[in-house]
Amino acid sequence: MATLRDIKRRIKAVQSTSKITKAMKMVAAAKFRRAQQRMFEMRPYADRMNSILSSLAAGAEGELHPLLAARPRKNVEVLVLTSDRGLCGAFNSNILKAAARHISELKKEGFEVIISSVGRKARDYFKRRNISLRKSWTGISGRISYSNAQEIANDIIENYTNETIDEVILIYNEFKSVIAQKIIVARLLPLAPVEATEETLPVFNFIYEPSKQDIFGSLLPKNVEIQIFRALLESQASEEAARMASMENATKAANDMINSLTLQFNKARQASITKELMDIVGGVEALKG
Amino acid sequence: MENKLKLEIVTPYGLIFSEDVDEVTGAGSEGEFGILPGHVPFVTTLKVGMLIAKTGKESKYFFVNWGYAEIGADKVMVLADSAERSDEIDVERAKAAMKRAEERLKKAEEIDFHRAEASLERAATRIQIAQHRIPK
Repeated sequence: MATLRDIKRRIKAVQSTSKITKAMKMVAAAKFRRAQQRMFEMRPYADRMNSILSSLAAGAEGELHPLLAARPRKNVEVLVLTSDRGLCGAFNSNILKAAARHISELKKEGFEVIISSVGRKARDYFKRRNISLRKSWTGISGRISYSNAQEIANDIIENYTNETIDEVILIYNEFKSVIAQKIIVARLLPLAPVEATEETLPVFNFIYEPSKQDIFGSLLPKNVEIQIFRALLESQASEEAARMASMENATKAANDMINSLTLQFNKARQASITKELMDIVGGVEALKG
Repeated sequence: MENKLKLEIVTPYGLIFSEDVDEVTGAGSEGEFGILPGHVPFVTTLKVGMLIAKTGKESKYFFVNWGYAEIGADKVMVLADSAERSDEIDVERAKAAMKRAEERLKKAEEIDFHRAEASLERAATRIQIAQHRIPK
């Protein structure tokens, strides 16, 4: 049986761990609120972008923009979004598992799969398995800015237009609620055709400056940027939420452990007191005799 | 509402401005444009430049960094990469950026040239717009 001192030492250790996990939970909570805030802030932009696009698409005829045109698929790129840091529960392993499954499915169907990733966790995962990445972006999570999304979007659009890749699939964690993330596998390119909605303005008398094709052509890459930006923010919010939950669990587990160790400690203490008493009583009895 | 324009400026970082105004002047990629209520539907791209929103005798100035504007009879919707109100512009930062860009332009490496040029333009426009602070 462990001695009193051993148990005391363990209690101290667990206590300091629980302090750390508690602090990490608070930090994650603060970061999560910020990430969620930014998600809300970019929503109006994305909404309006869609409404402009749909009003443009309503009258768009003629040749399709390259980003819209689907061509025979051969090289499929999979872009996986993970975090840079760990300690966020199953957040990264879930997404990587889903990505690996999706990749092997694509390979089975006979496509050439090209992988690129965001986040240190994805990079390390594929490196360990000796899978080469076309490109990996790290050090983004935590302070995502729109220019990060632009950088990624430009790279992907460039590779798409020079036909290195024929399709781009985005795999990321969508923020559902603080306790739930949903893994999303979505096609980024070619872009889904934009549908005209009912509330869009009548198109026949629009003036375009420069030409409609030019505006449409410059809006579409913007749309790709926006989609990546949104995915990055969603992933960020999910990461912090996952970290919050897992740190909460860790703190709870540590407290449970402290309780059971304290019980053990008290039992051991009482046992030793009883033993000492027995010794004394035994000694007194012996003297009497 | 007949003779008012609803001006909305949105960026990926949030809604910057949403108010009813009388007149909007902006820098389109094909030249400056002015919008009064009842304008015909109009879509244009914007370059780095100034956007002025006039309400009565009061004018508000904005820095707009690329983007799009969709104009309807009673609304102006601006989608910009970034936008700032004139009194929110960080002049010191803009000046520092201008200096950096000028130095890079002197060294003038092919690849950096356009980026330096663009950032110089942004900085210069910011400083210019910051002159139009709303008098207190």
